[in-house]
Amino acid sequence: MTLSIEGLVVRFGPRTVLDGLSMTVADGEVVGVLGPSGCGKSTLLRVVAGLLVPDAGAVRWDGADLESVPLHRRGVGLVFQDGVLFPHRDVGANVAFGLRMQRSPKAERAAEVSRLLTLVGLPGYERRAVATLSGGEAQRVALARALAPRPRVLLLDEPLASLDLDLRRRLAADLATLLRTLGTTALFVTHDPAEADAVADRTIRLG
Amino acid sequence: MDDHGAALTVAAAPGRPATTRDGGERPWVARWVPWALGLVPVGFVAVFFVWPVAAIIARGLSAGGVRDVLADAELRHIVWFTTWQALLSTALTLGAGLPVAWALARCRFRGRRTVTAIAGVPFVLPTVVVGLAFLALLPERWHASVAAILLAHVFFNVAVVVRTVVPLWERLDPRYGEVASTLGAPRWRVAAEVVGPLLRPAIGAAASVVFLFTFTSFGVVLLLGGPTHVTLEVEIYRRTAQLLDLRTASALALVQLVVVVALAGWWGRSQRVTGGAGDGGGRGVRLVAAEGARTRPTGRRRVALVAVLVELIVLIGVPLAALVERSLRLPDGSHGLAAWRALGSSGAGTSRPVDPLASIGVSLRTAAIAVVLATVVGVLASCAVAYGRRGAPLLDLGLMLPLGTSAVTVGFGLLITMDRAPLDLRGSWVLVPVAHAIVAIPLVVRTVLPVLRSIDPRLREAAMTLGASPARTWAAVDLPLARRAIAVGAGFAFAVSIGEFGATAFLSRSGHETMPVAIVRLLSRPGALNVGMAMAMAVMLLVVTVAVLLVVELAGGAGRARDPLR
Repeated sequence: MTLSIEGLVVRFGPRTVLDGLSMTVADGEVVGVLGPSGCGKSTLLRVVAGLLVPDAGAVRWDGADLESVPLHRRGVGLVFQDGVLFPHRDVGANVAFGLRMQRSPKAERAAEVSRLLTLVGLPGYERRAVATLSGGEAQRVALARALAPRPRVLLLDEPLASLDLDLRRRLAADLATLLRTLGTTALFVTHDPAEADAVADRTIRLG
Repeated sequence: MDDHGAALTVAAAPGRPATTRDGGERPWVARWVPWALGLVPVGFVAVFFVWPVAAIIARGLSAGGVRDVLADAELRHIVWFTTWQALLSTALTLGAGLPVAWALARCRFRGRRTVTAIAGVPFVLPTVVVGLAFLALLPERWHASVAAILLAHVFFNVAVVVRTVVPLWERLDPRYGEVASTLGAPRWRVAAEVVGPLLRPAIGAAASVVFLFTFTSFGVVLLLGGPTHVTLEVEIYRRTAQLLDLRTASALALVQLVVVVALAGWWGRSQRVTGGAGDGGGRGVRLVAAEGARTRPTGRRRVALVAVLVELIVLIGVPLAALVERSLRLPDGSHGLAAWRALGSSGAGTSRPVDPLASIGVSLRTAAIAVVLATVVGVLASCAVAYGRRGAPLLDLGLMLPLGTSAVTVGFGLLITMDRAPLDLRGSWVLVPVAHAIVAIPLVVRTVLPVLRSIDPRLREAAMTLGASPARTWAAVDLPLARRAIAVGAGFAFAVSIGEFGATAFLSRSGHETMPVAIVRLLSRPGALNVGMAMAMAVMLLVVTVAVLLVVELAGGAGRARDPLR
């Protein structure tokens, strides 16, 4: 089970953001993607997620091209810098969203949500309103939500960047432990080398 | 715990300079000034709106009119028809309008601004023009059908959906949908479970307004419903103008008023709960810059975009083209200018029921007076609300009432109250521009007030510390900044007046017909030439309205571009 990226080219008008990028991510590996802002880190994640069609190149899963796989069947989990939790649903319903899409039975769903919230350090948060969460809590919920449908690969787009330094360190350590425990395959985008070291197995540089 | 999430959301919300509304700060004008400014608007609205409507209520309540209405199976049927056609119109309008809103909010394509402007046109067209356009378009056997009414209502109100939903949708963070997709939601579930609920304040507002407009629709139903499909508005008109049954008419107007007020109350409450349509409901919904959220559509999205644009062009273009064609069609099926020539030649000597050319003059004169009235009263009211503290929200709300009241109610109310001293205006043409002004004032206030409120108070403070009196300060700061908004409001008032039909139908005097009234009179006469002339006049009315709106749009657009405060 490997994710391979081959000769990726993305242009925005006259600007070439990714120019022939190739890489592989092995099963259970966490790869850090480092680079200054505007170097195409987020663009890479958007291509892998299927949100952006590259001008050239391919994203493959075990050799099979993902190009024709629609967005909602790709099995990727996405966590943004600022959570992007659904504000009209409570914490539990946010985490359960992906499970509902998979039509998992209600009782199973509740148990899974509770397990995930415990895993990210927020046990018993099911009924909390999204607006009452702190930035750190929101990111933990976003992580639980992305993990719930058991994605083949987790895409983390600067998930800690909006937090203050102290909290960032603590969460980076938590995140590293969590990804190891679950054996999740992940691409972890950051502009902070220390953070990449703390979370990723290996790191590539863009730009 | 930190609160970055909250800080981000606040930063993303539209900024508004702090006002001097809070606590100990010193107001820049004396406390009595807003009250004095408010006197004229309050007086005008009280005499020409509140009193007439109160008279209807009193009449409707007396003598068991309402009880009789509710006991009468035929009238109950009319209430029921009015309701279900409005509900169905609203549903169809949302169905047709939301795809258009999606295209304008989310897609980047050449001519997007032009399409946005075109999508807004039908809403400001006179009802008579729209009614005639559909008469021209639809085959004879579709005249006097529910389908014709529904089509015309959709034609009108798609613009309401676009104007209400696009401003929120284009700023809604697209990542909500993206996250939902990656979590396994197919497109329709993204729409139904994420984007839809997040747009709910705007969609709810649009649905309420469309329901209100279609529930109180008059001109369209009168022209397209025939004798069998009658709404409350049309029945009120029929009872008053044809049967002289004022008691039943008052009772019907009261029933309608109750429904409208109940709806407005419910809507107002839901808006308070969700925080209004403009800012995503204040529920911590993330907003972004509109331009950045639009993408060039590819693949199936492009197919969808093309389909939506075709739908819009067909919906708007075909009826209007049919109207123009019909005005040029001769009885033998060929085309020519006979109807247009007849417009010009029909002088006093001919046996025409109305003088078409004279009605143009009447319409322009009426519109000029209505514009002056609505603009003066509207600007005074805006100032009173913007600078006042206590009482200002109440005045604001009170000034919006005419917007929720049907034009027929206004016209009917004026008819039954302005008939005794000191205001015996029976048969006076003055009531027509007054009624138009009442309908237009809310629009002027909605245009001018936001600009006055958005003025940075430090500009006034700077002027006053430099020695300017409050009056000079107003002339030096507020007036120049609001001038364009006032012009736009006046333009709206003109468009309202030139096309107004509901109130005018009650108040118009023979020999003083405005264009919409003259058109309907012509249409009710037998003979192909009369129909052709009605169509030709509708085309003229269409051209005048669109021309005025184009000027308003250009003035408004240029104002936004140049005004650094917005």
